[in-house]
Amino acid sequence: MKASRVLIDHGSGGLATKELIEKIFLKRLSNRYLSRLEDSAVLDGKSSGRIALTTDSYVVDPIFFPGGDIGSLSVHGTINDLAMQGARPVALTLGLILEEGLLMEELEQVATSIASASLDAGVPVVTADTKVVPCGKADKIFINTSGIGMVPEGISLGADRARPGDVVLVSGFIGDHGAAIMTSRANLSFSSGINSDSAPLHRLVERLLDRCPGNEMRLFRDPTRGGLATVLNEIAQASRVRIAIDEGAIPVRAEVISICELLGLDPLYLANEGKLVTVAARECADQALEAMKETEEGKHAAIIGEIMEVKKAPGPRVTIKTGIGGTRIVSMLAGEPLPRIC
Amino acid sequence: MTDFAKGMAQGLLSKIKDASSGKPMCFMEVCGTHTMSIFRSGIRKLLPREIRLVSGPGCPVCVTPVGEIDQMIELSLLPGVITATFGDILRVPGSTYNLSEARARGAEIKVVYSPADALEIAENNPDKKVVFLGIGFETTAPSVAATILQAHRNKLKNFMVFPSHKLMPPALDALLSDPEIDMDGLICPGHVSTIIGARAFEPVAEKFQMPCVVTGFEPLDILQGICMLAQQVSRGENMVENAYRRAVSWDGNRRARKIIETVFKPADARWRGLGTIARSGLEIRKKFRQLDARRHFGTREKTVPEPKGCQCAQIIKGMALPSSCPMFSSACTPLTPVGPCMVSSEGTCAAYYKYGES
Repeated sequence: MKASRVLIDHGSGGLATKELIEKIFLKRLSNRYLSRLEDSAVLDGKSSGRIALTTDSYVVDPIFFPGGDIGSLSVHGTINDLAMQGARPVALTLGLILEEGLLMEELEQVATSIASASLDAGVPVVTADTKVVPCGKADKIFINTSGIGMVPEGISLGADRARPGDVVLVSGFIGDHGAAIMTSRANLSFSSGINSDSAPLHRLVERLLDRCPGNEMRLFRDPTRGGLATVLNEIAQASRVRIAIDEGAIPVRAEVISICELLGLDPLYLANEGKLVTVAARECADQALEAMKETEEGKHAAIIGEIMEVKKAPGPRVTIKTGIGGTRIVSMLAGEPLPRIC
Repeated sequence: MTDFAKGMAQGLLSKIKDASSGKPMCFMEVCGTHTMSIFRSGIRKLLPREIRLVSGPGCPVCVTPVGEIDQMIELSLLPGVITATFGDILRVPGSTYNLSEARARGAEIKVVYSPADALEIAENNPDKKVVFLGIGFETTAPSVAATILQAHRNKLKNFMVFPSHKLMPPALDALLSDPEIDMDGLICPGHVSTIIGARAFEPVAEKFQMPCVVTGFEPLDILQGICMLAQQVSRGENMVENAYRRAVSWDGNRRARKIIETVFKPADARWRGLGTIARSGLEIRKKFRQLDARRHFGTREKTVPEPKGCQCAQIIKGMALPSSCPMFSSACTPLTPVGPCMVSSEGTCAAYYKYGES
């Protein structure tokens, strides 16, 4: 009889594990590396350049949210971490920690989502591992994915490369993922209609690097936890510059603004899972914007500000011009954003 | 739209300049949401130099005394108790640690967005006692009262409220009675006023000859409120005006006040920074005593001194600026707050820290 829930047996390494791997994962994720079920995957290397390697763990709650789930997120997130260094993602690993009692149906749904995200992105899962822990020792499912990618010759990107006069761009609406998660957690009795923006960005990066070759694209960052505000602060610090952004130019959905007002949050600090921030030399800013707008993932891209020289005091920082013409500082996120009382 | 807003702002700013005509004026924004909006929109830098804004006691988290936080922590650690609360309070330091750390030590604490969620938790966990931390001003009191009524109707045995609500007008009275406080006008809280009505500020305006303007939260609302205050001062008036008519009426929300009155009665309350103020809090009426967590668990608030060196008390009264506190942004930051003004996202110190003001 097929178990309807994940049991400790499924992590024993014996028959039950084998069945779980074959029926749930191989059935959906099969490829010539993974199907061998060897201790490690041996990849054919043909591209030249430097190797990029990254790892990330996914513990999102709830595991299913509007616009995605923990499975697709674990594929997109790691691909994006590679892409931000200009790497072309080659392969992913998949490590799962399952809580005893997880519904098999939910696990199947997550596995299907991992498979379709990996197929869409063209990045295979080449090796994987599954463990089961007793009920209460984990929260349904935790996923770790690592990714390997190749950085083509001649690409050098870094948060320390922004120069005065450069232009700051963002690839679309910010805050969608954070707002989608917060509203599903908040158990609001109405639907906010906001979907997570979870999406792979490697093709967008590749296109930008093709269109603006040389070192005109200075850096890419994905504003995940901590949001746009935190990433901009990291860039300002690393490059020792001031970043001046314009509130009116930042793309934010009206629904996200409303939900932020309701829950006492700030879109600048909400997580994104399918957006990138880039700094481009001024002479190629329009070209970069155009290149982004031609793609699905970048169609709402916008120029949001510029890099300014910094004087000694008060040092590197991010400033924003507000809707009524005032200016203020945008600081980093401190701690988890807490919803307010009134 | 942005150009329109900028144009409106410019218009209001020049009216403010005309009204103040170089005369120094100091206004207090009572509510924490105003404080945040003022910082977010950069209003302070747009105002003429002579207009000074100080932040008042209008953040419910900031005025909750340490002793009460300790009580909440104590309750949260009792076996079989689930604490349901709004998120703000988690990082407020008690005398030894905060609720966030209590959670790490095993307390079951759930962040909710509405007291009704806490009721649902109680219904789903019949073997546990669910304590909702009732913190807030007149704005949150009606929904908490409605929840208590519902729990009472449904004869729910495992739901309780830890009542710590505060009332705004008595606090303003106490604040303005302090001879050291020198203020030219009050930017009165919009949200609270939707319940109590603009008229609730009339006694304060009269007693202290204090211009009062009930103000909304958009940057333009706030500029409008400041403009009306400056005009009152220049004309030598001191009345209550309502600049937030799209939400606030003169009489407020009678139904909401009726619910508050059914469930609660006014009681003396301790405010951090302001001390005990007569009839400035809400106590659960005897009829609903089985829903009162204080009575049920028999906890008593201990008087705990404010942390050494912390100037929150002065800051809440608008008598000191965060930057004059020796701990500001060194020992006291949003991650490791010493005083309550730093922990709440709407606290004055948090606003100064976040928006880099000195």
